[in-house]
Amino acid sequence: MANLVMFCILAVVILGSAIMCVLTKRIMRSATFLLFVLFGVAGIYFLLDYTFLGAAQISVYAGGITIMYIFAIQLVSKRTLQGLVERFKGSRVVNGILLSIVGLVTVGLVLIKNNFYNAAMQATDTEVPMEQIGTALLGSDKYQYVLPFEFISLFLLACIIGGIMIARKEDNK
Amino acid sequence: MYDFSIVTRWIDSLLRHTLNLGDFWSILIECILVGICILTAYALIAIVLIFMERKVCAYFQCRLGPMRVGPWGIFQVFADVLKMLIKEIFAVDKADKMLYYIAPFLVIIASVGTFSFLPWNKGAVVLDFNVGVFLLTAISSIGILGVFLAGWGSNNKYSVVSAMRGAVQMISYEMSLCLCLISAVVLTGTMQIGGIVEAQHGAWLIFQTPVTWLAFLVFLVAGNAEANRGPFDLAEAESELTAGYHTEYSGMGFGFYYLAEYLNLFVISGIAATVFLGGWMPLHVAGLDGFNAVMDFIPGIIWFFVKTFAIVWILMWIRWTFPRLRIDQILKLEWKYLMPLMLVILTLTTVWVALV
Repeated sequence: MANLVMFCILAVVILGSAIMCVLTKRIMRSATFLLFVLFGVAGIYFLLDYTFLGAAQISVYAGGITIMYIFAIQLVSKRTLQGLVERFKGSRVVNGILLSIVGLVTVGLVLIKNNFYNAAMQATDTEVPMEQIGTALLGSDKYQYVLPFEFISLFLLACIIGGIMIARKEDNK
Repeated sequence: MYDFSIVTRWIDSLLRHTLNLGDFWSILIECILVGICILTAYALIAIVLIFMERKVCAYFQCRLGPMRVGPWGIFQVFADVLKMLIKEIFAVDKADKMLYYIAPFLVIIASVGTFSFLPWNKGAVVLDFNVGVFLLTAISSIGILGVFLAGWGSNNKYSVVSAMRGAVQMISYEMSLCLCLISAVVLTGTMQIGGIVEAQHGAWLIFQTPVTWLAFLVFLVAGNAEANRGPFDLAEAESELTAGYHTEYSGMGFGFYYLAEYLNLFVISGIAATVFLGGWMPLHVAGLDGFNAVMDFIPGIIWFFVKTFAIVWILMWIRWTFPRLRIDQILKLEWKYLMPLMLVILTLTTVWVALV
């Protein structure tokens, strides 16, 4: 029952903030609402006892990505972002509805096909020990993820170097 | 060694068996009780710290500090709190009111959240997750957003400049702070706060390897910067930016920032005491059993408070002794010296763990 109550609260927070995030006209407010959406998702991870994933969600998205968005907003001129309004267009609304229906059907089919719902009902509420997560992330056996991990770190390094290359001032000799 | 979990077990069995409440209600009541305890401790420690800061500052400047209200001025802070509570709260014209009102709460959430990770005694750890230290750094990063939104929501150029400075500084110093914690995690082999304290049963962490005390020093510097204090209080440089990102706040809005500033100091000292000086763990020397038995007679909570307030005292000493740094000096110190140093220390620690 406690789980259900918490889930309802989190769901209301996530959906409400998500809607407010796209409806508000002020750019800084929508960044703040985005932050609340990310907190809500982290809360759902905690509800599922995925504490590592929840902590990663807070630290990477809430602490990192949102700060990056806010800094990006600061770097852009105040007038270009203030009071932007998007008008509803018929074709766009239809496209959006069609896309979301396709997404819903796909997710629903996958859920029903693989019996995820029953498996989730039978799973017990246990925390995964950190040792297991650590060895799975950095092990090189079957079902262990050192190669994707290293690939992503290399990719991020390339992104950082690219960012510095774009941002640095050319020194005119 | 006194174990506080006797008390918590007794309350739990009282609710579950004697009063025969269900799982839901007993857990709810326990959560509320723990929450009330945390908030009370938070407020009381903040009052103690504010008074301590004013007295320490006064004695460093050869003054007496507050002396009028009560004997030796001990009721001064209570009078200040009363004044703060009954002040009118008003918003700035043409400011983003929603962000203006939300920002103090983000700061206070981050502060209370990290505060509840501190281990007070054996069996008295409020949040004891398996990802403890990681979640701690995650929650502390929420405070940066609070600082930034406060500057933005104030509709004041000085506040925005100060918020930018504060955010940049906090993001940078979080890096070496996390690296220090990682080196501790490498040594203890666990991220759980209780586990980290237990791993220091034989000796405190700074005595376990020849490089950990360096990590401890870096942690103190970075923690001081993270709490926006000491020589790193650029965000509220009075001479340039009036009062920083909370210039436009009055009443409890300002009160929250004030509380969070002092509690962040306490939390940083508490984490340093927990991770590097053993938290509630008494001073144990391997081989001297008689000495260890005597040390065990002192309760854990006294050990914790003595260590934490010793570190608080050192940080206050630094704050009132050193001149303020410039923003480029602050960033250079972090990115060119502290972070590479921490990476070297982390490598040395890993080598130590692998070889010894």
